[in-house]
Amino acid sequence: MSDRLADPMAARDHARAMAGTVVEAMAKLPPQADDLPDGVRATDLVWEETVAAGGYTSRLLKRGTRLRLIDRDGDACAALMIFNADMPTERLNVADTVKVQWNAYLEAGRLLLSDMGRVLMSITADDSTTHDAFCGTSNAATNAAKYGEGRNSGVFPNGRDRLLIGAAKHGLQRRDVHPCINLFKGTRIETDGSITPLVGPYEPGRTIVLRAEMDVIVVMANVPHVLDPREEYSVTPLRVTAWRGEVTPESDPVRNATPEGQRAFLNVEDYYRR
Amino acid sequence: MTSTGGTENLPGTIVHDEIVPARAPWIHHVKAGETLRIVDTEGNQAVDFLLYSAADDTERYSAQDTVAAQGNIFLKDGTVLRSNEGRPMMTITGSAVEYHDTIGGACSCESNTLRYGHHTRSQHACVENFLEANLTEGRGKRDMVSNVNFFMNVPVEADGTLGIVDGISAPGLFVDLRAEMDVVVVVSNCPQINNPCNAFNPTPIRMIVAA
Repeated sequence: MSDRLADPMAARDHARAMAGTVVEAMAKLPPQADDLPDGVRATDLVWEETVAAGGYTSRLLKRGTRLRLIDRDGDACAALMIFNADMPTERLNVADTVKVQWNAYLEAGRLLLSDMGRVLMSITADDSTTHDAFCGTSNAATNAAKYGEGRNSGVFPNGRDRLLIGAAKHGLQRRDVHPCINLFKGTRIETDGSITPLVGPYEPGRTIVLRAEMDVIVVMANVPHVLDPREEYSVTPLRVTAWRGEVTPESDPVRNATPEGQRAFLNVEDYYRR
Repeated sequence: MTSTGGTENLPGTIVHDEIVPARAPWIHHVKAGETLRIVDTEGNQAVDFLLYSAADDTERYSAQDTVAAQGNIFLKDGTVLRSNEGRPMMTITGSAVEYHDTIGGACSCESNTLRYGHHTRSQHACVENFLEANLTEGRGKRDMVSNVNFFMNVPVEADGTLGIVDGISAPGLFVDLRAEMDVVVVVSNCPQINNPCNAFNPTPIRMIVAA
């Protein structure tokens, strides 16, 4: 082995011999998926990736792109941040998202609103309904308390530090890691304000589809919900697929479902009037 | 109409005492161990509130870490206001109202266009106040996060229905906060006139710091 370590050509051969290795959590390049919805052409696929338990991913998505997340094995939890790709100071605002829509819960037909009165993404399909706009994700302190440690370099990475690195890949900094939402793991707010976590695990294959209403950067961490009561670090891989789609037309039912939402779309359409 | 809330039972010596006019911003540094009292002088006045660590302002108030840590969305006597690193920033050491909000966020010119219509775009809003105050210390839009709304009432009903409703505060009621680290307090004395959070009539608040 020492001969090989001393020889750059042997090191090259060793590195190149890894080509074609397939692991569970990785992106397919070019993207390929055999379960695209009817009417979606394979040539419109832009992203196919499986995110590891404890992993993260991030990507720029153009306006109109559909982002499909699948809780492949029933125990994924996608902590999601969203930025306007042109101007990342505009980002998801969880308070405006629940306040403007007069409802605490995320489900099909709901909008994910920015702090500039615009809709960043809308939820076009969802068969899970257990999502969370209140608790945010874990941090180094909560994971240290719960699992003994929570470093990015360890085996129980915390959500905040995963989101920090994902955001940093797009030039963003600590002050840009904003309040997030959790998809697939939910909360119910009781009348006394107490929070009941809804963490399953659930049946495999639950699916949510989001539509990018602006050019966005999405950053996701797949880590246990911060209020997951289980003692062990429990999370399973997250499947991510995205394909190109048309920009939302004025006749779209989600666009027109509420007067507040309609004005959020009017603001988006005004933003792109250049 | 007169202020009845005062300095009774404040621990220590008063080092700062200021009336914040209706609709105005306020920024002040509070040292670890000091107590900040916010007095709702005329009643039903929402006080939008953010915190930054004075030592490193990338550490700031986190509504999500605060509610997750206590397992409840309402801020009450004894609630620890936590940072995005999960550390205690301030503790509510006394509250004359049962609970305060931290899920409703701050009003902005932009969100007002969604909630009330584009005719409200030119009205003053809390985010304008937060930005104006933060910009004096080099912080900007990236530093805006979900805030506390003292004296504001945002119940969540069983079906998820959520809305800002009439306040549960009254003239002279106050909330006390003890700083657990050196903090920068940034406040917007909410100018909103399109919902019941200020009883449709923004009024002054009194900020008292005791050391």
